[in-house]
Amino acid sequence: MLEIKKLNVYYGVIHALKDVSLTVDEGEIVTLIGANGAGKTTTLRTISGLNKATSGEILLDGEPITHISAPQRVKLGISQSPEGRRIFPEMTVLENLELGAFLRKDKNNIKKDLEAVYERFPILSDRKKQTAGTLSGGEQQMLAISRALMAKPRILLLDEPSMGLAPLLVREIFDIIKDINNAGTTILLVEQNASMALSIAHRAYVLETGSIVMSGTGEELAKSNEIQKAYLGGE
Amino acid sequence: MEQFLQQVVNGISLGSIYALIALGYTMVYGIIKLINFAHGDVYMIGAYIGFAAITYAKLGFFPALLISMILCAILGVVIERIAYKPLRNSTRIAVLITAIGVSLFLEYVMMFFVGAEVRSYPNVLSNYTLHLHGVVINMQQIYIIVTAIALMVLLQFIVHKTKTGKAMRAVSIDQDAAQLMGINADSTISYTFAIGSAFAGAAGVLVGIYYNSIDPLMGIMPGLKAFVAAVFGGIGSIPGAMIGGLGIGIMETLVSGYGNSMYRDAFVFLFLILILILKPTGLMGKNIREKV
Ligand SMILES: Nc1ncnc2c1ncn2[C@@H]1O[C@H](COP(=O)(O)OP(=O)(O)OP(=O)(O)O)[C@@H](O)[C@H]1O
Ligand SMILES: [Mg+2]
Repeated sequence: MLEIKKLNVYYGVIHALKDVSLTVDEGEIVTLIGANGAGKTTTLRTISGLNKATSGEILLDGEPITHISAPQRVKLGISQSPEGRRIFPEMTVLENLELGAFLRKDKNNIKKDLEAVYERFPILSDRKKQTAGTLSGGEQQMLAISRALMAKPRILLLDEPSMGLAPLLVREIFDIIKDINNAGTTILLVEQNASMALSIAHRAYVLETGSIVMSGTGEELAKSNEIQKAYLGGE
Repeated sequence: MEQFLQQVVNGISLGSIYALIALGYTMVYGIIKLINFAHGDVYMIGAYIGFAAITYAKLGFFPALLISMILCAILGVVIERIAYKPLRNSTRIAVLITAIGVSLFLEYVMMFFVGAEVRSYPNVLSNYTLHLHGVVINMQQIYIIVTAIALMVLLQFIVHKTKTGKAMRAVSIDQDAAQLMGINADSTISYTFAIGSAFAGAAGVLVGIYYNSIDPLMGIMPGLKAFVAAVFGGIGSIPGAMIGGLGIGIMETLVSGYGNSMYRDAFVFLFLILILILKPTGLMGKNIREKV
């Protein structure tokens, strides 16, 4: 469904992504793990069109989207919950969710999806008139994910959804990600919490200083020695 | 007391005009963090468009106001596209200097085409005046205040109830996040310039009928004062610009009325210095939050 071919991205002289290639098939959860500064966020930002690639291609259903603008990519079904949540703190919870559905015209379905969000996260329903900045970190994360879902994406990009959350909440977020996937949304998940990410992912890629150094099924990578050493704190 | 109330009425009229100009400064600052120094000159051109519509096309007040607003909106969008958009990723100082360049360009282009002389604005409103307990309110003031209030209510509606308005708020909070919602940042910025410039155009026509005279450099001083008003209210804040505009207008007329009108301008800029020292975020401004 989503295919990235030999992507190169620079920040000035910093070569942030070096010939990165990966694929995400329909219905999968694919995770991209790696240390700080490996280029995970850059990969997602480039897929969403916020960063420009110097070379390489991004294909959606086989069609190149590399030269399509960021908002147009949302229209094509690529939605992202960015690193650090990036909710609109001065706007209400409801306004944040409505902005998630900015490009949609199907008013009735938007309403239904809003109800579905409230059912999944009753706390957001209780807080809908409150400004989003007053939510706790975990609630903001739920809002960020819900806001991305309001676009009714075909593929959802999640950048470190577990960042800064208490362990119990981390488990909850990962359960929610699995739920979303079971409901039919393809997911590309960026995580530092490698063990959790690998436990729910169908397949995984490991990024190291801008290059993909390993890939395989979630299980395979969870068992691999190098991964154990580098990311899972094993021997 | 009557004298005081009279000054306040005069101050509100003048302040409404400052508020309309200040709104454009604050909206543009809110969305692209640029102090658009050419804004006062859009207001000047608005005054000339109104002048032409009334004098040559023999139109009434409202049609002239509307035409001026529409043409200024277009002018604002063109300025943004040609002068500021190519500099979107440049340093702020580069864009600021460009804005000053655009300002001088507009002033001297106008001087070239219409001449430097002061022109007197035709009187389109009746000379009727309202006497309320010794306070005199003339027709011009009523039109100014009513028009300003109507435009501000319209703006509140646009910003809070329409999709474009929500997009404007989203882009001014976080441009990347807004794009991830599918919002086209470029066209949203254009809308912001259009609305801000239309308001400046309206202010230009209003000031023309209020003071009866216009010239190509008329935008400089009110532009700077509206900028002070926007800073006073908290730059980036729409209610702040409204309150700031009224505040500066009233302050100015009180200083002229009770003190000496020669100190009027000095007082406004002294006030700017005081705000910048004591409360740089202004009345309604947010503390600058660093993004993580
Ligand atoms: N705006 C920027 N300007 C310059 N360099 C940047 C910028 N953003 C990222 N980089 C650099 O690009 C590289 C990849 O950064 P990126 O944010 O993609 O890493 P990451 O894998 O998401 O890290 P983290 O786990 O800390 O979020 C890093 O070396 C980083 O310093
Ligand atoms: Mg990152």
